[in-house]
Amino acid sequence: MEILLAIMTGILYASGTYMILRRSIVKLIIGVILLGNGVNLLIFLLGRITKGRPPIISPELKHFAEIYADPIPQALILTSIVISFGLQAFAIILVKRTYKALHTDDLDMLNTKDEDS
Amino acid sequence: MTENIITYPLIVQLFFSIVLMFFWKKIKIQKILTITGNFIALGVSIAVFLFIWENGTQVVNAGNWDAPFGIVFVGDLLSATLLLLTSIAGLAVSIFAIVSVINARLRFGFFSVYHFLLLGLNGAFLTGDMFNLYVWFEIIIISSFVLISIGGEKNQLEGAIKYFTLNFFGSLIFLTGLGVIYGLTGSLNMADIANKIELIDSRVLIDISAVLFLTAFSIKSAIFPLNFWLPASYHTPPSAVSAIFSGLLTKVGVYALIRMMTLIFPQDQFLLNLLIILSVLTIISGSFGAIIQNNIRKVFSYLIICHIGFMIGGLGVFNVMAISGVIFYLIHDIVVKTNLFLIGGLVYRIKGTTNMKKIGGLYHNYPKLSLLMVIVLFSLVGVPPLSGFWPKISLFLSSYNNENYWYFGALILGSFITLVVVAKIWSEAFWKKQPEFSFKRKFIPFDQLYTLQKWQFVTPIAILAIITLYIGFGAEHIQTLSLRIAEDIINPQNYIKAVLKP
Repeated sequence: MEILLAIMTGILYASGTYMILRRSIVKLIIGVILLGNGVNLLIFLLGRITKGRPPIISPELKHFAEIYADPIPQALILTSIVISFGLQAFAIILVKRTYKALHTDDLDMLNTKDEDS
Repeated sequence: MTENIITYPLIVQLFFSIVLMFFWKKIKIQKILTITGNFIALGVSIAVFLFIWENGTQVVNAGNWDAPFGIVFVGDLLSATLLLLTSIAGLAVSIFAIVSVINARLRFGFFSVYHFLLLGLNGAFLTGDMFNLYVWFEIIIISSFVLISIGGEKNQLEGAIKYFTLNFFGSLIFLTGLGVIYGLTGSLNMADIANKIELIDSRVLIDISAVLFLTAFSIKSAIFPLNFWLPASYHTPPSAVSAIFSGLLTKVGVYALIRMMTLIFPQDQFLLNLLIILSVLTIISGSFGAIIQNNIRKVFSYLIICHIGFMIGGLGVFNVMAISGVIFYLIHDIVVKTNLFLIGGLVYRIKGTTNMKKIGGLYHNYPKLSLLMVIVLFSLVGVPPLSGFWPKISLFLSSYNNENYWYFGALILGSFITLVVVAKIWSEAFWKKQPEFSFKRKFIPFDQLYTLQKWQFVTPIAILAIITLYIGFGAEHIQTLSLRIAEDIINPQNYIKAVLKP
């Protein structure tokens, strides 16, 4: 399972970076989304994957006796999913507005000389 | 529960940003509210600063969870100083914004987002938890995205896309580093990580996470080679917005670097050398970028990069004197850089453009305003006894004594080119005769404004200039403060003890 997740994280990072480096703005957004998911998987993976052991202490014990699933990475991922969701929503609107204003999807075309420079 | 006072600046900003939403289209009420809010925030920050100055580091455990498990807010002297500077800059820029930003922009919740930005800045300075720092960073960048793109002009949208991509990418790298450090130490509390990181065997993984953090904060604070988004975007939004960005947003990155280098990865020789190299390159790229630009606001954007290099290099030298120089420079830089962009906005309002080739005769027509501006420009260069001069003594001395000659040379080069650039601005915009020009249609130049509006333009610049003068002439106080901060943060044990309460 770890190996699979590690490979998956690597693929997401690689494809995300590749898409960010493309010239199209839409692909840029896709790249950012892929990279964000890669980061989430990485945090999940680094929090050690433990199957079927919820972090609940039985009433007679005071500490965890055995290994347990760490709940913190999951809380972190939840937070970062929510945050990146908001950012992505903003990014999509930004791209739409830019397309409407400039009539181009090409990042290299975003170099209008303003009159002051 | 007196230590709760350190969270009051956050509460004030949050309160006002929510209240402002209820007056969405009523711009007059919004203007009054935002000024009131910033005055209250300034008062609270002064109270917090005095409290921490008297009583030392204060720690608030959110939800009363003890330190390594819950989120902590830590107010040490560095945080308190930066909170105070944030509210000073916030107040000055809000006064400037109510007159310089057009109503069409204000109608879309400008001030509400502005308060959210200040909230994020305050939170980032106060938090003692890595993931919480990430969340505050996200609040900062998402508000700054809105501020940079509000209005939706062509070049503004172009700048916004570049700004968005790099900052979002930086956040993702920060999160990656966070994941690695959590996997290594199993903790997110900065003080706890600082304790646990010494026990880890594999230095390679620690260096990897350190480099990830360094990359993320370098993107935020525009360090070479990750600085090209800054001059591409900072000149596009209204001057009030770029003033608050240049004064505070890049400095949050520097603050995070200072915290990281002193607390989590102290005395990591590899990182310190890397910082020195990066600072030299940053100073060179920033200063040479500034010298060829003709647009005043672009010149200022490049100067931000150049002076970030000064601070990063001082951090790389890493002794009490160098760190005190960095802190002093940070204090001076926040005030002066905010003011520079306000001046850029004022020049635009007077002349209708910020291109140096097309303007001139400012000194002839506005001698008093020119005097005000020259105080700021000379402070930027560091003409003694103004504020830029004093921190440079510490930086020069410490780098020379530590035999960091590259950084020493870069400091001289950076200061010299800043002088050249300011001389160029002075001779082009102030002394030269006014070339032929005409205003754009519908443009209301400075002379035709009402007296109250004129004062609203000049007052924030004057406030910040007076503070600059105080930093220059009251350098002894600031030096005492920065020495105390430097001694405080170079021995992270005090911080760790205050947070973890053994």
